[in-house]
This record gives sequence, C-alpha cells and structure tokens, in this order.
Amino acid sequence: MAVYLDHAATTPVRAEVIAAYAEAMAIVGNPASIHGPGQQARRLLEEARESVAATLGCDPIELVFTSGGTESINLAIKGLYWQQQRARRRPGVIAPHGEHHATLDTIEWLERHEGATAHWTPLDQLGRATLDATAEQYAEYGQEIAVATALWANNEVGTIQPVTGLAALAATASVPFHLDAVSAYGHLPIDLVALREASGSNGANGLVALSVSAHKIGGPVGIGALVVSRAAVVEPLQHGGGQQRGLRSGTQDVAAAVGFAVAATAMAEERVTEQARLGALRDRVIAGVHAAVPGAQLSGDPTDRLDSNVHFVFPGAQGDSMLFLLDLAGVAVSTGSACQAGVPEPSHVLLAMGRTEGDARSALRITLGRTTTDADVDAFLRALPTAYTHASRAGSADRDTALGARP
Amino acid sequence: MSGGVDSAVAAARAVDAGHEVVGVHLALSRMPGTLRTGSRGCCTIEDSMDAQRAANLIGIPYYVWDFSERFKLDVVDDFIAEYRAGRTPNPCMRCNEKIKFAALLEKAIDLGFDAVVTGHYATIVTTPEGDRELHRASAWAKDQSYVLGVLTTEQLAHSMFPLGATPSKAEVRAEAAERGFTVANKPDSHDICFIPDGDTKGWLGERVGTETGQVLDRDGAVVGSHEGAHAFTVGQRKGLHLGVPAPDGRPRFVLEVRPKDNTVVVGPKEALAIGEIAGSRYTWAGRAPAVGVAPIACDVQIRAHADPVPAALALVNGELVVHPETPLDGVAPGQTAVLYSGTRVLGQFTIDRTVSAVPVGADASSADSSA
Repeated sequence: MAVYLDHAATTPVRAEVIAAYAEAMAIVGNPASIHGPGQQARRLLEEARESVAATLGCDPIELVFTSGGTESINLAIKGLYWQQQRARRRPGVIAPHGEHHATLDTIEWLERHEGATAHWTPLDQLGRATLDATAEQYAEYGQEIAVATALWANNEVGTIQPVTGLAALAATASVPFHLDAVSAYGHLPIDLVALREASGSNGANGLVALSVSAHKIGGPVGIGALVVSRAAVVEPLQHGGGQQRGLRSGTQDVAAAVGFAVAATAMAEERVTEQARLGALRDRVIAGVHAAVPGAQLSGDPTDRLDSNVHFVFPGAQGDSMLFLLDLAGVAVSTGSACQAGVPEPSHVLLAMGRTEGDARSALRITLGRTTTDADVDAFLRALPTAYTHASRAGSADRDTALGARP
Repeated sequence: MSGGVDSAVAAARAVDAGHEVVGVHLALSRMPGTLRTGSRGCCTIEDSMDAQRAANLIGIPYYVWDFSERFKLDVVDDFIAEYRAGRTPNPCMRCNEKIKFAALLEKAIDLGFDAVVTGHYATIVTTPEGDRELHRASAWAKDQSYVLGVLTTEQLAHSMFPLGATPSKAEVRAEAAERGFTVANKPDSHDICFIPDGDTKGWLGERVGTETGQVLDRDGAVVGSHEGAHAFTVGQRKGLHLGVPAPDGRPRFVLEVRPKDNTVVVGPKEALAIGEIAGSRYTWAGRAPAVGVAPIACDVQIRAHADPVPAALALVNGELVVHPETPLDGVAPGQTAVLYSGTRVLGQFTIDRTVSAVPVGADASSADSSA
C-alpha cells in the first residue's frame, strides 16, 4: 500500500460519504420536478445545501452547487466581471501573483477575450499577498476595477493570506471580492458572516463570493460550491433550466450534494482536533526534511501556514526526479505546480516569491490529511535521502553528456 | 514511449522478457501542440495520452520527462544552424545521439536504471568475446539501424531494441491489437516532429530568413533566382523555376548550396554522381574496425532508406574517406554516412566534403563542395 502524501490534490473519500452517496443515488426524482418524487429529491438537496452552508457560515440560499472549485472560480470571476460592465466599462481585475491556475487562466482569458486588464499584486518572500501594494493598486485604478479575487491559503506553499485585509480594501473601493477557499476548506475555520462584518462588506461589494470543493474534505469529486451573497449579482456562465437562482442551470446532482454534506459535517466536527494533529505531523515532516537534507529550504511562512502543507525547495535536485524516485519507493508526493501534459512547469508561485527558475523546478510539496499517520511520515523520511541523492546526481543536466560525447 | 505502436510493443516485450520496466515519454516541446489545433507531428498532448494508456495496459508506471531545453539546443537549434551553413542535417539522428541515448539514458542511469528500450527496428548482437554489435533488423524494409549509427560502444551497452527480430510492421500492429493497445492502428509519424504542419521550407524560412539569391550553372552564369538557399537540397529537381533553359534542354538538378553568398548551383544529373565522400567527425558502433590508410571493404549508406553501396573505406590523416564502387546520387554535406559490414553497423561519419565521380564540362572541380 502506497504512502499517500498528496492530500492537497485530493484526499480519500470518507466511508460514510460513499454510503450516503450510494443511498441517495438510488432515489429517483429530479429536484426541479413538481411531483412527489421530485419534491423528495428536492428535500434531500436542500438539506444538503443547509449542511454545507453551516460549515461556511452563510445562508443556504447563497450557496450554489457547482462541479467543483474550477467552475466556482470561473463563475465568480467571469460572472462578477460581466455584471460589473453593465453600468459602465470597468476593465480591471485585481489579484495577487501566485493564484491557482483556475484564477490565473480565467483572468488571462478575460484579458484576451473581453479586453480586461489584470493588476497582479506582488507576493512577499513567504508567499503572502502584500496589502500595501494592493492598496496602491486600488488607489490608482479603483474606478476601473470590476472584480478582485484572492486565495485564502496558497495551495502550493501553504501560506495563509491576509484575507480580512484584502476583503476590506475591496469593500473600501466598492469592488466585489471573491475568495478562493478551496485549499483552506477543512483546514481553517470559515465563517462568512463574521468575515463580511470584519471586512466591511455591504453584501454587494467587498467579500461577496467564496469557492470551495467537496473532494478536498473527503467528499466526492465533481461537486463544489460557490457562495454568492444575496445582494451580489453574478452573470451566469451556462444557460438552461434556470436552476439555483438562475446562476447555474443544469439538473442538480442530489447524490453528490448529499455526499458533500456528509463530508462537510464530518469535517466540521473534527476540524479543530485534526488541525492540531496535522500541525504536529507537519512540523515533524519539516524537522525531518531539515535533518535529512541540510540544504533544503522550507517555502512559505514557517508558522502561519496550512496545518497540512509542507513545501520544500531542494537546490540541485529536480522536483520531478524526486517525485519519480519517491513514487517508485512507494511514497506519493507532488511537485506542487501545474502540469502541462505531465511535465511540471516551474512553479509560478515560487517565481512570484522571488525564487530562481532552477529553484522553481526543484520543489516538492508534501500534504497531509485525515488518513495520514506517523508511520506515513516515517516512510517518507526514510525514502527521502536516497531520492534526494539520486535526483541530485541526475539534476546536473547542464554537464556534457559522457555517453553522447564525440571523439 | 512516443505514443506510437512500436514503442508500446517494445515496452510490452521488455516486460515479457522479465525486465522491470518504467514507461517514459519525452516532452520535447515546452508548448506541446494538440491535434485539435491542427498539429500532426509527434509530441502532442494526445501522443502523451496514448503512451500513458499503453503503459496502463502493460501495467507499468509512466512518467513524462522534460527534455525540451536540451532538445531545443541540441536538435532544433542545430537543425537551423546546419541549414544556415548549407548542410542537410538529419534531426532524428541528432535526437538519438544527443537526447534518447544520451540525456535520457544518462538521467535514467543516474536514477537507477540499466538501459533504455526503444521501438527502433534494429538488432544488438553480443559476440562470444562480449562485444556489443549493432546490426540491421531482420526485416530490412523496416530497418532503422541507419538512424542508430551514431550510437557508441557505451551507448549500445545500455540499449535494447526488442523489435529488431520482427518480420514486419504488420506483425507489430497485430501484436498491439492482441494486447488491446488503442494505438494498434495509429498511423506512423513521418515528419520532423518539431515542424508540426510538415512545411519544412516555410518553417526554415521563418527562422533562417528569406532573401533573394542567384541560381548559377556550373560555369557561374546566372540562370534564375530564389528566395533563400536553405530551401534547396542537393539532388533536388522540382521547384527550381529557372528562367534560362539549359542549352541541351535537359532537366537540371541542385548540385550545391552556398549559404555564404546565398547562391544555388544547378547542373545536369551526371554531375550529381559522387565518387568520394569524406568526413572527420566519426564514431564507431562497437569495436572499431582495423582501418588505416590501406582501405578495407564495407558498404556505405547515405540516407535512412537508401540502398547500401559497396565501398572502400580508408582513414587518412584523421579523415574517413569512402570510395563507393558505384557513384552515389544526391549527397550533400551534413548528411550522415553509415558504414556497414554485412548486417553490422561499423560506425558513421558526417559528410564534410564530396568529390564528383564524373567530371562534366571543362571545369570538373566546380562540382566539388566542401563544408
């Protein structure tokens, strides 16, 4: 059995979720139908919506089920951007560097196809969005900004972002703000009512939208949620039956929603104890890596980081070589960065933090989850030194090849 | 594993032979194309998916290794530079020499592997003395030993070609179908993989630049013009668009490409016949033959699908000199001459200069070309 330390990619589905999902799947009825079976399905769906909303501190009516984090982020950013163009043209989008590709590529798409202008704000060396630089962007372009967005916690390096401050800057500038909580969900307390209040949102501006995904907390893949406050208006991306306040047409997946709800409830019950348990395991991994590879450098904030995230740069060893060797040794980790046809790109997050391209190719992300044990950590730390040594040997790719040398 | 049928079957046979096998797909472009955007070369996202699916079916792990930087430097840039210098390179050989059996093999050895297995049609024979020899595939129609001629003794020691003894490609496809590979009927790739639309001339034009130059006959008379010497290869007949007809009315062929002054020399077919080729950049595939100033007999092959021609091989002042028994047609500097003894590959050299076999007109030396 492989040691699985890539919980940020996806985490095992909880047994009770599988049972509830299968049970709900056996029930016939489209929740949009008027008849009895339809109403029964609707009841299950709305109960699920209430359960998930309870873990986010929002009204159930504000919660739109989507196919996952990527769709939620697309709907929030594009939907808010388009809505904001109605009264007058506002081409600006504000986001920190180092966002997830769902955000990066959505904003770049808006630039190419809608004439949007992206205002990327810098990260500091720990991967944290900088409030001063963001405030400057609002001061200079405030009237032109349609929408702002930010990660709650960086999915690669784990740094927790100053989200109250970022949301408050948007509220002050009367700009709707979307929070990407996909990686934070399950690892940080999320209370939208409190966060809106603390950041001065009036419901239409400031923090108005938040994205989460079920499979990051032990729910099924294929369902996520976008919270859209009652007063915010979002232009839908897909059109049809007008389900979910017209924001997301398409027959609603009752079974997946039920599975999501069971996962969310279980997560909320154990989050505080899990956070402490994972935080201790995380610190063991960090200390173990430092001991095994003295040259390794921890990325992100050493303390203000996700309880589940360990991210290191191993100078001189390519991340994908290490991943490969650890995988052959039965330990599944990630390089943390996006792949293009299976090839890890140099991490744009590390580049934004001021690391070199070489460093950005030499990263490994180890992420812990509900099923992670001390034995998993031991197995990883046992396999690491050999993987590092061999990858360093292969990493010096610039040298002349002895095998290909000409006489 | 390229995503094609040959490497998939080669991987499966290596597993059957009892080896511990890991599938590796080479990412050779930072921006891999996709068939949906009209690309038809290899290295597309779809090719990577095909390769992964084959690895799944064989039951081996699969990874993509990124050699895009090395590939650009050692193969693509080299290809452009060679054309700029008026030579005709073979990028597949360069890839074998610098990437597949060098960068990839070295990384594999560093990571703990023993050998690279590919779907090339060629055979490795181990002699009773323990030497590794490279030989033609048993089915000569599919033989690819020419493009492997660059392999050295050490590279051969770490290479395996499980398809070498297969009678035909049809047999490989049948085996792939039997194994349930989705790529069993995937068409072969023929083009240069980094020129996705197959338009080598246009691709080179963008990189080498187009500039109007003169087409000369062997006496130096201007007989036409062209839009860039790089677009011509020695032996080419079509697309010359000569304004001045030949005095004897017979077709003319490209005899020489001179990149320095951007001119192309044309002449009659007889002038293409080459009686001597020579080059100082050579390698031996295995134990070196006992060759010196006194010539030895061999066969020489100057293109992947050309017939081998019996020849005399000598090593004179550090330069390999080959005299074919019958003149060779359309040889250009930059091409690789692979030397055979029977089915065995002796080695190869890059052709630096050629000497015409049949002097035409009064000035025979103008058919010579040197790099």
